[in-house]
Amino acid sequence: MARIECPKCHHVIDTPGIVTVCPECGADLRGTMDELAHRREKMRDVAHDDSVTTHEFIVRTKELEKIYVMGEVEVPALRGVEINIRRGEYLSIMGPSGSGKSTLFNMVGGLDKPTKGTCFIEEVDMAQLDAFELAWLRCRKIGYIFQTFNLIPVMTALENVTLPMIFAGMSSDEMMERGAMLLDLVGLGERLHHKPYELSGGQQQRVAVARALANAPAIILADEPTGNLDLHTGKEIIDLLKELNEESGVTVISATHDLKMIDVSDRVVHIRDGQVERIENRADIDLDVGSLGGETEPGE
Amino acid sequence: MINKELARRLYRDDDRLEPGAEVQRQITLPWAQAARISYRNVTMRLGRAMITGAGVVLGIAFLCSVWTAKVAQEGIARFEATSATYVGGEEAALAPGAEEAEAEAKARAARQAWLVVMSLLVSAVGITNSMLMSVTERFREIGTMKCLGALDEFIVRLFLIESAVLGMLGSVVGAILGHLIMLVVYITKERGVAAMMDWGQMVTYILIALGIGTVLSLFAAVPPAVRAARMPPAAALSTEI
Repeated sequence: MARIECPKCHHVIDTPGIVTVCPECGADLRGTMDELAHRREKMRDVAHDDSVTTHEFIVRTKELEKIYVMGEVEVPALRGVEINIRRGEYLSIMGPSGSGKSTLFNMVGGLDKPTKGTCFIEEVDMAQLDAFELAWLRCRKIGYIFQTFNLIPVMTALENVTLPMIFAGMSSDEMMERGAMLLDLVGLGERLHHKPYELSGGQQQRVAVARALANAPAIILADEPTGNLDLHTGKEIIDLLKELNEESGVTVISATHDLKMIDVSDRVVHIRDGQVERIENRADIDLDVGSLGGETEPGE
Repeated sequence: MINKELARRLYRDDDRLEPGAEVQRQITLPWAQAARISYRNVTMRLGRAMITGAGVVLGIAFLCSVWTAKVAQEGIARFEATSATYVGGEEAALAPGAEEAEAEAKARAARQAWLVVMSLLVSAVGITNSMLMSVTERFREIGTMKCLGALDEFIVRLFLIESAVLGMLGSVVGAILGHLIMLVVYITKERGVAAMMDWGQMVTYILIALGIGTVLSLFAAVPPAVRAARMPPAAALSTEI
């Protein structure tokens, strides 16, 4: 199935085969068809070529260990964790408190360095990066969402969303336009100039999601995104994240307690006592998901 | 539920991370933006800002009152000297005890200078303390900004600008306050003193006081700013370890 646009009259055509002439204005479309075929050829090559930059695993950890030294005592938080996360995946990391879930999260997000082992983001060893490059990584590659929303209280929603864009060096006009569009995307187009204290918890988290997308990152890291939200609002946020994951292909990695997250995850990594206990694939999980008040079951 | 077209349009993943490649790796905080953010921080947290500012206000008020007194006294002395010479005051100038009076005046001036310096130091310590509290309260905010890509120096920049703004505003208020109060005191003692004062010198003194206040605030903010810059980004997360 191919979709091409006539360069003359901008008529859009969906066709299973080849179109040589535009049905609307009669323009010659062979050039456009060639271009499309060429582009597809390139994409196929790229997908098969491992040495090119579309990495299969966007995050890779190898024998990751972390020991916290508190005075005399050594507390091992991670004891050799190895996970490989694919680009475009929706991955949940689940585990009880003290299991090392947050530590793993810190490692993957570039917020802390491991004691042993390596963490690769797009095949780049995190430990090799200097402060400048780490800041760049956090600014452009990764978007963070926190349990406590963490919006800057003195700034409006729009200003919060555009803050990462300031660091990325975007021009003022471009910032405001993109910020407004992002807030529109998450459903807060009417509340651009509201400050966080004028927004509900769910709305604040939506602003946080929009902010995470500010510089079109490859990864969204969510630390207990629904922790401070009620059941219904939490479900909305989870659905929002899933939709973004599906439509734009952004990889979502979420550390969570919330079982509602299991339903939308491609894989679930269970962490216990600093090690990976098991990794579940969504296909293998046989879940009978109940419905919240007001939802309809598929098929009704 | 979301606008799929918009989602796709807003997402473009074309930056590749290459360690060492400096050319397009840009992380900036333009001064205009830093100023805007700092100004907002000051005006929105006015209560805390006023406590920090109070230190500057009082210190500079004292400084300006001392200087106003000095200019006023000099004005009066000049006036009396001219009227004395008119009457025949050369003898008065050579009167015994004039030298002692001068030494006395010098000692008094030194004590006063000491007092002023001490009060400014106390102001500075007050500012440092207040800003340190502010930094500690905002640990999560700072951690978040680092997660959004802020370099350590950006954080320092924000706090220094904040302090400089506070210093300037506080100095203005303090200068006006100190100057006016002392002026009123002298006017009650000697009606026409305003005409006797060297206003050129007075204005210079006031401007210097403004400068001192701003610079003082700036230096006083350095320890808290450095502390803020050292906060780990993981501070933004809700759980520790």
